[in-house]
Amino acid sequence: MSVEKIREILIQHGRLSVPVDQITNDGDLYKAGLTSLATVGLMLALEDNFDIEFPDSLLSRKTFSSIEAILDAVTQLEK
Amino acid sequence: MANQKQSVVSAVEFEKLLTRVHEIGRDVIAVNAADVDQKARFPTEGIAALKQLKLLSAYIPTEYDGMGLDLIQIAKLCEVLGHYCGSTAMIFAMHQIVVACVIRHAQGATWFHSYLREVSQQQRLIASATTEIGVGGDLRSSICAVETDGDHFRITKKAPVISYGVAADDIMVTCRRASDSPASDQVQIIVRKDKGPVTLEALSGWDTLGFRGTCSAGFILTAEGATEQIQPAPFADILQQTMHPHAHILWSSLWLGIASDAVNQARAFVRNEARKNPSMPPTSALRLADADAVLQGMRSNIYLAAIDYQKMMADNHPDAFSGFGFAIRINNLKVSSSNIVVDIVNRAMLICGIAGYRNDSKFSLGRHLRDAHGAAIMVNNDRIMNHNANMLLVHR
Repeated sequence: MSVEKIREILIQHGRLSVPVDQITNDGDLYKAGLTSLATVGLMLALEDNFDIEFPDSLLSRKTFSSIEAILDAVTQLEK
Repeated sequence: MANQKQSVVSAVEFEKLLTRVHEIGRDVIAVNAADVDQKARFPTEGIAALKQLKLLSAYIPTEYDGMGLDLIQIAKLCEVLGHYCGSTAMIFAMHQIVVACVIRHAQGATWFHSYLREVSQQQRLIASATTEIGVGGDLRSSICAVETDGDHFRITKKAPVISYGVAADDIMVTCRRASDSPASDQVQIIVRKDKGPVTLEALSGWDTLGFRGTCSAGFILTAEGATEQIQPAPFADILQQTMHPHAHILWSSLWLGIASDAVNQARAFVRNEARKNPSMPPTSALRLADADAVLQGMRSNIYLAAIDYQKMMADNHPDAFSGFGFAIRINNLKVSSSNIVVDIVNRAMLICGIAGYRNDSKFSLGRHLRDAHGAAIMVNNDRIMNHNANMLLVHR
């Protein structure tokens, strides 16, 4: 459920150069064209959809490195 | 103990301390800030929390059982506290200013050495009574004079403001050295309520726009004590070398905290807005970027002054404070920080819009704005700029 939602948000806000359905859950999003500027929109959309707030400590490159990594962060914040 | 050396607390240890201060800031100080403001009452809970962390002796050297922080670290603490409650931060700053006067100017005075240990061990809170009714706000002249009889003194001072005078354990009082001294020949005395008698007869209340929790009411102060409580150094030197720079650097630092918190609130507001349309930053994001740039300038100005002054204290060069240059610079710092804090809170208000203007919203900036306006008023900017105008006639 969450993975599907994250993929949907990636399509809308990720500004990736590779179609999202061709990226595996552990695929490197930066290699797929994710920029640090695009992570801002991505993060805001995730916050809005999952009703969470990313603390400064999670605003790192690692957090947005893959769909799995994003899922980890979201799951951690939803608790 | 003439020169304030570099801190004995490492950067890592200090970071840990800051984390604790942020904790009490969130859990104790911020929780009570609205009530303190509304009732114009002393921030009892916040000051008690500061005492628990031994922060009232943060600036006292370790040889007198203090924490041994340096000026830059004290400035940082003022900034952090400013985030949570302007009044609590102001009380903390004013206390440290008096502490600075004692640690830097009571060399060889045994009474003051044991006094500093007592401040550390008992976490005594010290207020100050510098201005006097009839001198027009000029710190460098006094009407009242200390009367001595053997090793006993008596003093009566009509003070238009003594911030947290009622809550304080001790009060630092300026006065003329003797009844036949000119108005400018002043000394500082620490009067102690526990070694009294010290009485405060209320002259006026404290119902102001901002900094309401400092409870800066006016009093007729009368006190008695032992002559060893009179600081040996002339107040003129204490003011020039210590009180004036410490006051303006530490006040500016807490104003920075207020400004920085306002910008944080604006940031949270913009982020809320941005979530609604993540692909397109809202217009307010641009205003936030501007406000952040102004904040950075304010911070740089303050910390550069703190770093330079810290070095001057460590070098302990006798001529370092003799020219007008340093006094002008410190005055400029005060005037500019006090103007910028209002500017930054205004910018944050525009960003948060009605949510910032409301008193009942989580983005409310009412207290920030009211506190910010106090900055230019306390030691009026016009008075300061008149001093600078005078000094600049001859300084280059």
